[in-house]
Amino acid sequence: METTEIKIGNKQPEDTGGETVVCIQGLKKSFGDKHVLKDINLDLKRGENIVILGRSGTGKSVTIQCIVGMLTPDEGSVKVFGQDVSEMSEEELKELRKKIGFLFQSGALFDSMTVRENLEFPLTRVLKLTDQDEIDRRVKEALESVGLADAIDKMPSDLSGGMRKRAGLARTIIVEPEIMLYDEPTTGLDPITSREISDLILSIQKKQKTSSIIITHDMECARIASDRVLIMEDGKYIAEGSFDELSNSKDEIVGSYFKDIS
Amino acid sequence: MTEDIAMPAWKRWFEGIGDQVAFFLKFVKNIFTGGFEWSEFVRQCFEIGYRSLMLVGITSFIMGVVLILQLRPTLVAFGAASMLPKTLSVSFIREIGPVIIGIICAGKIASSIGAELGSMKVTEQLDAMDVSGANPTQYLVVTRILATTFMVPLLSVIGDAIGLFGGFLALNLRDSISLQLYFTKVIAALDFTDLLPAIIKTIFFGFAIGFVGCYKGFSSNKGTESVGVAANSAVVTASLWIFVIDAIAVQVTSLLFYN
Repeated sequence: METTEIKIGNKQPEDTGGETVVCIQGLKKSFGDKHVLKDINLDLKRGENIVILGRSGTGKSVTIQCIVGMLTPDEGSVKVFGQDVSEMSEEELKELRKKIGFLFQSGALFDSMTVRENLEFPLTRVLKLTDQDEIDRRVKEALESVGLADAIDKMPSDLSGGMRKRAGLARTIIVEPEIMLYDEPTTGLDPITSREISDLILSIQKKQKTSSIIITHDMECARIASDRVLIMEDGKYIAEGSFDELSNSKDEIVGSYFKDIS
Repeated sequence: MTEDIAMPAWKRWFEGIGDQVAFFLKFVKNIFTGGFEWSEFVRQCFEIGYRSLMLVGITSFIMGVVLILQLRPTLVAFGAASMLPKTLSVSFIREIGPVIIGIICAGKIASSIGAELGSMKVTEQLDAMDVSGANPTQYLVVTRILATTFMVPLLSVIGDAIGLFGGFLALNLRDSISLQLYFTKVIAALDFTDLLPAIIKTIFFGFAIGFVGCYKGFSSNKGTESVGVAANSAVVTASLWIFVIDAIAVQVTSLLFYN
């Protein structure tokens, strides 16, 4: 399908300070014959929340997987804090990943561990904390911030879908990352829980001053959490702007994402 | 993340070999770098050793009983019934015990590791560990492979003892022999060249079981079906490796001790 790139405003958050933390230029990625990313350019400013909308299979998740080095770009560059991810050594990549939080669609809790052990894992293995009082305090604080203090000793199998996502979020924010990448954080949740997760994303941005990229199909999540929205179609961004600007777009494809929004 | 690209079978085979070599080198590197996960290692030793003990014990006991019942008529026909303890001990310690216990461990442990790590891959837990900056190889692979390398020989020794005891009980169904005399004959029949190679090959069995289980789990595709495939493939490959290692071990032992 032939798409025309349209730019509808380019609102930046007021408190960004302009520093670019993630800079993607000319990113291309293919799997065999399938060209998933065709030419992606993206700048994420400090303290900014970007929401990426798009149909399934358009390469939204592939984009954020390139940012953390899970996938290597075929062409183009992905720079995080000014460093090209694909040129980093294993050790440099490991160090970089300490500054990036990645929330998976399923929450990806380690199912052989309790919620407490899940949260302790990055503290002891990534931050190498040894003081048990400090670890306990941070675990408690992280769980309280997502409203899961009572589930501390539960196994992931005993949690509901929403609780698993919140526990996954707590495990991600416990190391206080500078960048958060959310892969469909509200998929499969009821509207009330989805809203709670969206509010959490916003509060994490405010409290921890994180910069975030949020991949979602949930327009309510996009409305609540976004400073800027990008719409992806066929491996490229076709529109960029604030939620309000895009929701008033006359473009047929862009409009189709917002048609159910009252 | 696996990038599925259509390629010829021979190329996939070579790529698989390359992946396994890289996986092995990563395992070796991670043994010596960073902090060793002692608590996870001990937990895995418990999971692998203690939880397999009952199965290994019952199977070994039955093997000991069956071997005596099968051997007895033949040896009696040659007037060599007194050779039964010796025959059982040499055959059980040298060959039957380690291989049978190795196969049982391949079925129980390799499948369990393959399925566990495969399901962690499917549910993005491995990716989550990796992108958090933690080291999944150190936490999941090193501990499991070292635990199987340590526990399979131990299970084999315990299984051998239980199998020989089963032989004693089976022998007493028809004949009468005291426990002391039986084990005196069993131990007298064995020497250094029976025990050491048998124990050494179980160390390799244990390593193969852990390595294959971890590799199959880590290299599984993303889909629930691949968990079953990883578990099944781990059992088949580990079992095959046990026979290959056994064949090599027998050959090496023959060259070193029996020529």
